[in-house]
Amino acid sequence: MLSDVALFFCIIVVGTAGELCVSRAMKTVGEAKEFMPHAWLGAIARAFGIRWMWIGFAMMAIAYFALLGMLARANVSFVIPVTALSYVVGAIGGRWFLGEQVTHRRWIGISLVCIGVAMVYLGKG
Amino acid sequence: MKVAADLRLKTYLLILMLVCFGPIGDLLMSKGMRQIGTAASWAPSALLHYGALVFTSPLVWLGTLAMIGFFISYTTVLSWADYSYVQPASALTYGIVALLGKYILGERVAPLRWTGIVIVCIGVMIIGHTSPSTTVPLDENKQPTTEEVNAL
Repeated sequence: MLSDVALFFCIIVVGTAGELCVSRAMKTVGEAKEFMPHAWLGAIARAFGIRWMWIGFAMMAIAYFALLGMLARANVSFVIPVTALSYVVGAIGGRWFLGEQVTHRRWIGISLVCIGVAMVYLGKG
Repeated sequence: MKVAADLRLKTYLLILMLVCFGPIGDLLMSKGMRQIGTAASWAPSALLHYGALVFTSPLVWLGTLAMIGFFISYTTVLSWADYSYVQPASALTYGIVALLGKYILGERVAPLRWTGIVIVCIGVMIIGHTSPSTTVPLDENKQPTTEEVNAL
């Protein structure tokens, strides 16, 4: 039970925190002004010079292995609906770590996405 | 206002790219790997042969390209758009997966699943009506003013 909680923590919190770190690195690089693939690749390459990018990838790797571990222990129809909580963690993290303005409207949308994702997986069987 | 409209348009385009590239990559990789099957044994020669099969599979290469496309579009859109906007919007992937499953793989999609997908889409539409970007570049180290946010 305790190890299940630890694995879910890694998937939901550590995984989302990793994406938030990658997002922070990309925000530090700044908007890719030109809407062209070479400009996008340039922005990503510059982001690799920022430590948040590497921290983010390390955390995402931990979350990936935790997901594999959890899938080996439980059904996907149980694991994925629980991981839909990542959207809530993402919104809290976006507000706290990236200074985003998460309005009531956005919260309503995020809640619906969480419920919808959980239903998608519950309906898989 | 034009800048805000351009920002919204390019955000939509990149989210569209990532929700298409992600599931297409998964589908191609899974088809490619199923075609190849598992390694005959753990013997080095069998593993070498298996590796050669994986690396010469067009489906695996196309899947890898689609996944690279997903990674590029996801990280690029995060260079300006809010994470709390992009992350839930990327849940549209579930709709694409169901459509691919139904029309390409001929899978049956349960009604509960369709209901979930419709709820995800409504949620994403609501999020889509918020501003894609509510922060200023982090290196400027300041919060946007209410006027700046309203202008978006």
